[in-house]
Order: sequence, then C-alpha cells, then structure tokens
Amino acid sequence: MLYSLCFLLFMIGLYCVLVKKNMIKIVIGILLMEYAVNLFLVMLGWRKLAEEAVAPIAAGGDLLDKAGTVSQLFVSRAVDPLPQALVLTSIVIGLGSLALMVAICIRIYEKYGTFDITKIRRLKG
Amino acid sequence: MKGMTIIVKTIASWIKVLVFLFGIYIILFGHLTPGGGFAGGVILAGSYILLLLAFGKEYAEENLPISLASKLDCIAAFLFIALALCGFIYGAGFFFYNFIQQKFLVEYESAGELVSAGAIPLYNIFIGIKVAASLFLVTLVLSAFRLESQE
Amino acid sequence: MEIFYILMVLMLIAGIIAVETTNLLSAVICVGAVGFGSAVMYLFLKAPDIALTQTVVEVLGLVILIRATISREKSFISGDREFFAVVVSVVILFLIFVIGTGIFADMPPFGDAAFARIPDSASQVYLENGVKDTGAANIVTAVYLDYRVYDTLGEATVLFTSVVGAIVILRKKSRKLLFEEDPL
Repeated sequence: MLYSLCFLLFMIGLYCVLVKKNMIKIVIGILLMEYAVNLFLVMLGWRKLAEEAVAPIAAGGDLLDKAGTVSQLFVSRAVDPLPQALVLTSIVIGLGSLALMVAICIRIYEKYGTFDITKIRRLKG
Repeated sequence: MKGMTIIVKTIASWIKVLVFLFGIYIILFGHLTPGGGFAGGVILAGSYILLLLAFGKEYAEENLPISLASKLDCIAAFLFIALALCGFIYGAGFFFYNFIQQKFLVEYESAGELVSAGAIPLYNIFIGIKVAASLFLVTLVLSAFRLESQE
Repeated sequence: MEIFYILMVLMLIAGIIAVETTNLLSAVICVGAVGFGSAVMYLFLKAPDIALTQTVVEVLGLVILIRATISREKSFISGDREFFAVVVSVVILFLIFVIGTGIFADMPPFGDAAFARIPDSASQVYLENGVKDTGAANIVTAVYLDYRVYDTLGEATVLFTSVVGAIVILRKKSRKLLFEEDPL
C-alpha cells in the first residue's frame, strides 16, 4: 500500500512532465519523480520488528570493543545501509542536475522571452 | 544588488560563522555521527549563499572569489583521486584501497573515536570542499546572470 | 506505521498542488513541502544521514528555483497541451499505474526487508563486519567511502560536469579563438 502511494507520487511527476506547457513545471515534475524514487529505495530497507529498528550507526553500547566488533542485537535490528548510501549520492546529483536544468531554462527564457515550450517549438519551426 | 535590509544583514553577520562551523563539524564527524562530506559541503556552501543573499553579489565574491572557488573545486577532486592512487601504490594494488586503516591503524584499534577509519575522514574532507565549491559556483553564476539580464 | 501514511498523503497533496497551481512561486514552495516531508519520512525510516542531506539540499534547491522563477512572474503560463494529447497521456499513465501496482503484490511487504532473510547478503556482511573492516562507526559512510567508493567518484564527476555545463550555458558571449575567424 505504501509502495503504491509512492508510485502514485512518481506518476504525478510523470503527468506533470508530459502534460504541462511551462518549463519550470516540467522541472518540478522531474523533481517529484526524483523524490519518489529516492523514497522508494529507502523504504525497501526498513524493518518492522517487535522492538524499534535502529539506524545503521554503531554508537554507544553497540560497539563491544575498540577493534570494532558490533553486538548481535545491533545486527538484528539495524535497517539496510546499502540503499541509504546510494540514495545519499543520488540526492546531491539531483541538486547538480537541478542547477543545470534551471540554467537551461533561464537561457531559453533570455532567448525567446517565454517559458512556454509550444511557443518555443513554433518559433523554431 | 544592494542586499537586504539592515536587520537581515545584522543577523546574517552573526550566524554566518555558526553555519560555517556547523558544516565543519558535520564533515569532521562524518564517520561517527550522521552527516558526512555531502551534507557538510552543502552546509558550507549555504553559509556563503547566505552572504550572497543578504549582502549582495560583490560582498560574497570578496569573501570567496570565483577563481579561488574553481581552484578549490579542482584541487579537491584532484586530491580525491590522488589519495585513491596512493592506495594503488602503497596498498594491495587496487584503486581506493584504504591503506591508512589497513596498514597503520589496525593495531591502534580506535573504532568510535575521532581519529579512526584511516582514509575515510580525508575522503570526507575532500568531498566536502568539492561539493561546497561546486554549489557556490553554480548559485553565483545563476544569480549573476539574472542581474546582468535586468540591466 | 501510521505516521508513514500521514506523511505520504501530505506529500501527495503537496505534489498535486504543485502540479496544478498556476502561480509559479507557490508551485515551487509546494515542491519544498514535498521535499521536507520526505526528509521527515527519512527520519522515521531510520535514515538520519539522508534526512540531514535532504534538508540542506532542499534549502539550496529552493533558493536556486526561487531565484530562477522570481521576477519572471508576468510570464506564467497556465493550461495544458492539446486535448487529444492530454487524454492519451492520462490513459497511458493510468494503465502504467494499474500494471505497476500489480508488481508490488509480488514484492516483500513494507517492513519486511529482503536482505534480512538472506544470511550472506551484502548488507548483512556490511552490518556485521563494517566497523571491523573500515573502522568507521557510521556504516553508511563505510559503504559509500570504502566498499562502494566508485559510486562517490562518479558522483564527484557528475557534479563537476553539471557545474561546468551550467557555467558554459550561462556564459555571456561564446569565447572565440583569438586568431581564428568565426565561420558564421
């Protein structure tokens, strides 16, 4: 059910990209899709346990000695660290691509004086 | 742009140091607590973008010139690769080998302390500098273009 | 468990408003609502690293987007494309949604992570040996800076490329070579 809601957020972004005419709206649609995908990947690693799950950060009592042995309780309760690490890089890449898209939008606005992509296509022939 | 009102300028001049310090903390403790190079780098860039928004483009450019920012960007990326090559040379012969941890810190046994994890804090620092310089450059370029087009 | 549904519905409402409103500034602010909602959700999903990163990235992204859209307020465009194209795309999107939700029935349900059932999966090994191998107590950092550091290398490359691209696109004049005639 929660996966389906996340997929619905993705579809809203895709609808925005396909249907809207404004270029900034298209950028917004791409952002919504990006949020949905990141959220879905992190959701895959969550664990519903009897006690509360913990973040994959060994701190305090989880570290048994200085050599780095972690307690079995931590291993059995921690959520998946792998999607979190990959999503972490994906978010910063999203910011870089957002800046690039906004730069392209500003450039097109300076050239044609509008954000309307149908008018831009008509002018270009 | 002349910047914002005197209230915003005063508050910004107070908290810019705190934001910068918080970014450094997030980067340095990235291997122990939540955070790391990405989040800390964005916070460092945010402290300069606060100056850019509050005081205007000229003041921000005095604090961190564009040439210095681009040099920092390139140097941090270069150091990142150089540290990875050090693992190739001193270590087991593959890229990104964590040679400081595997060769020098194995007997030291310092998991959970600030000086631990070998090359990971160094990677964090380089990534933080790189992300901060890149994002500051992008925002500066975007805002500068808007100013030129209005004149 | 209910908090996830509440936050998710909030994000959906904010997303629909962001898509359907005609004012660009309020659309950008609603995107910010979606982003901060997902940051809170990461916090409840036990991913504090991503929550921190998402929060600061969202602030910076909003600054960039608002600076792009403000003062271009008079040029806002409402309305959709041609009626036939809208109907066709909505029908196709609906079909994709129906088929896609059918796939989720085969997946393990929410809260039952797949890695926990496989004894030697990569995540399990990272959790057990991560601190011992790398010395970093934060296992997420251990993954993206030691086990899978090529991912970070690619991220640095992509960020560098996007910065160079933005600077090249927004340059005032194209730079000609000094002793070369412009062919155009």
